[in-house]
Amino acid sequence: MPDLGLEVLFKGKNMLRLLGGLWAALEISLISVLLSIPLGILLGIIMVRKELVLRVITRTYFEFIRIMPQLVLLFIVFFDSTKLFGINLSGELSSVIVFTLWGTAEMGDLVRGAITSIPKHQYESSLALGLNNAQTYFYVIIPQTVRRLLPLSVNLITRMIKTTSLVLLIGVVEVTKVAQQIIEANRTSSPNAAFGVYLTVFMMYFLTCWPLSILASRLEKKWG
Amino acid sequence: MAEKLLMIEHLNKSYDDLCVIKDMSLTVHKGEVVVVIGPSGCGKSTLLRCINGLEPVQGGRICLSGREIKHGSRDLPMLRQKIGMVFQSYELFPHLSIIDNITLAPLKVQKRKKEEVEEEALSLLDRVGLKDKARQYPRQLSGGQKQRAAIVRALCMHPEVMLFDEVTAALDPEMVREVLDVMLRLAQQGRTMIIVTHEMQFAKAVADRVIFVDNGEIIEEGKPAEFFKAPKTKRAARFLNIFEFSPVKAQN
Repeated sequence: MPDLGLEVLFKGKNMLRLLGGLWAALEISLISVLLSIPLGILLGIIMVRKELVLRVITRTYFEFIRIMPQLVLLFIVFFDSTKLFGINLSGELSSVIVFTLWGTAEMGDLVRGAITSIPKHQYESSLALGLNNAQTYFYVIIPQTVRRLLPLSVNLITRMIKTTSLVLLIGVVEVTKVAQQIIEANRTSSPNAAFGVYLTVFMMYFLTCWPLSILASRLEKKWG
Repeated sequence: MAEKLLMIEHLNKSYDDLCVIKDMSLTVHKGEVVVVIGPSGCGKSTLLRCINGLEPVQGGRICLSGREIKHGSRDLPMLRQKIGMVFQSYELFPHLSIIDNITLAPLKVQKRKKEEVEEEALSLLDRVGLKDKARQYPRQLSGGQKQRAAIVRALCMHPEVMLFDEVTAALDPEMVREVLDVMLRLAQQGRTMIIVTHEMQFAKAVADRVIFVDNGEIIEEGKPAEFFKAPKTKRAARFLNIFEFSPVKAQN
């Protein structure tokens, strides 16, 4: 067995520190997801409306966020907010802002796609049965939209969790940052620690995202 | 003559500049089966959509038992309960089982009792040979089965008139028959029906009256026996000819 430097994990509180780092990452994604879902649904509903002004605004927002690398967005919010508005945002708050902006845009597009993918005839056959508009949405359109949306949004959540590894670059101490710190501190005593520690980080991300992935494909199969 | 159930007076319908129905008038009596035929894009499907208030119209009136059907009006959901419509592509709700598809509107719109509606739905399904499919989902059924279920869904609302919009056009030939048989039985029971179809043999068998529509106008109407044997207008004759083939090889 090659030396992976796994022993550093059991030195002091290293394992607990890593888990704490993971929690920091999950906290940022969790708050962002909870904010993104309602905002994204709202955005998606606005995006399917016919008003030109609303469409131009939402479309511009969506394209801007989608084209920008998340890292650049993090830098803009974290550094430029101080420069432009003279406010000092913490790394965590900046991360939540960026991830919410991003999540809202992506979620909005998923909602838009799900709504427009319901064929016009589904509305008509519901109306033809005597259901009014509200009943048609409640019993026919929304249940179908949600079924199309759920697997996609679970995938979005896993993407958001993974991408939090970027926030170490604006000074947030999350799991990857903690890993780096542990590796640096043990450089002389366990020169191979990088393997073991990053392997552990990999496993942590994997164990967090894998169940979500399974859930998404289950939902897809069930309703697809 | 039986009472007048559906009256269409000087109906005009256009999409932007394109005129689809021109000054069309039609009266359908209770218990009558009217078959509408005509080339594609002649306005026959649009006519059914107007009767169900799915399309705004530019002129004329459509009345069911004296009450006007108007796109966007408040009592339209009330009136639509009296009009059963069956679509070419079935349009069952994919997230509901067959029985839930059928009972949704009776329960939520007519607020009828669950036991009573389910019992009726099951007995109607039984009559079209689908009782064992009640708990299945639309995607588990064949096209012909879906279309029969869609007919049951419309029937369960106790409509006064049924509209059929090319309901066999999307089906494989061997499934067409099972759907048409269900419709023939409904006609026998004395239901009021307006049927848009390209199945000429079926039209001949089921219709009290055939209406030939071209370019948004009623060109000819009559009893099926006379109409199919000797159409009075050239356009109808030319249209009926499409369905005839003469042998191209010498016969021994």
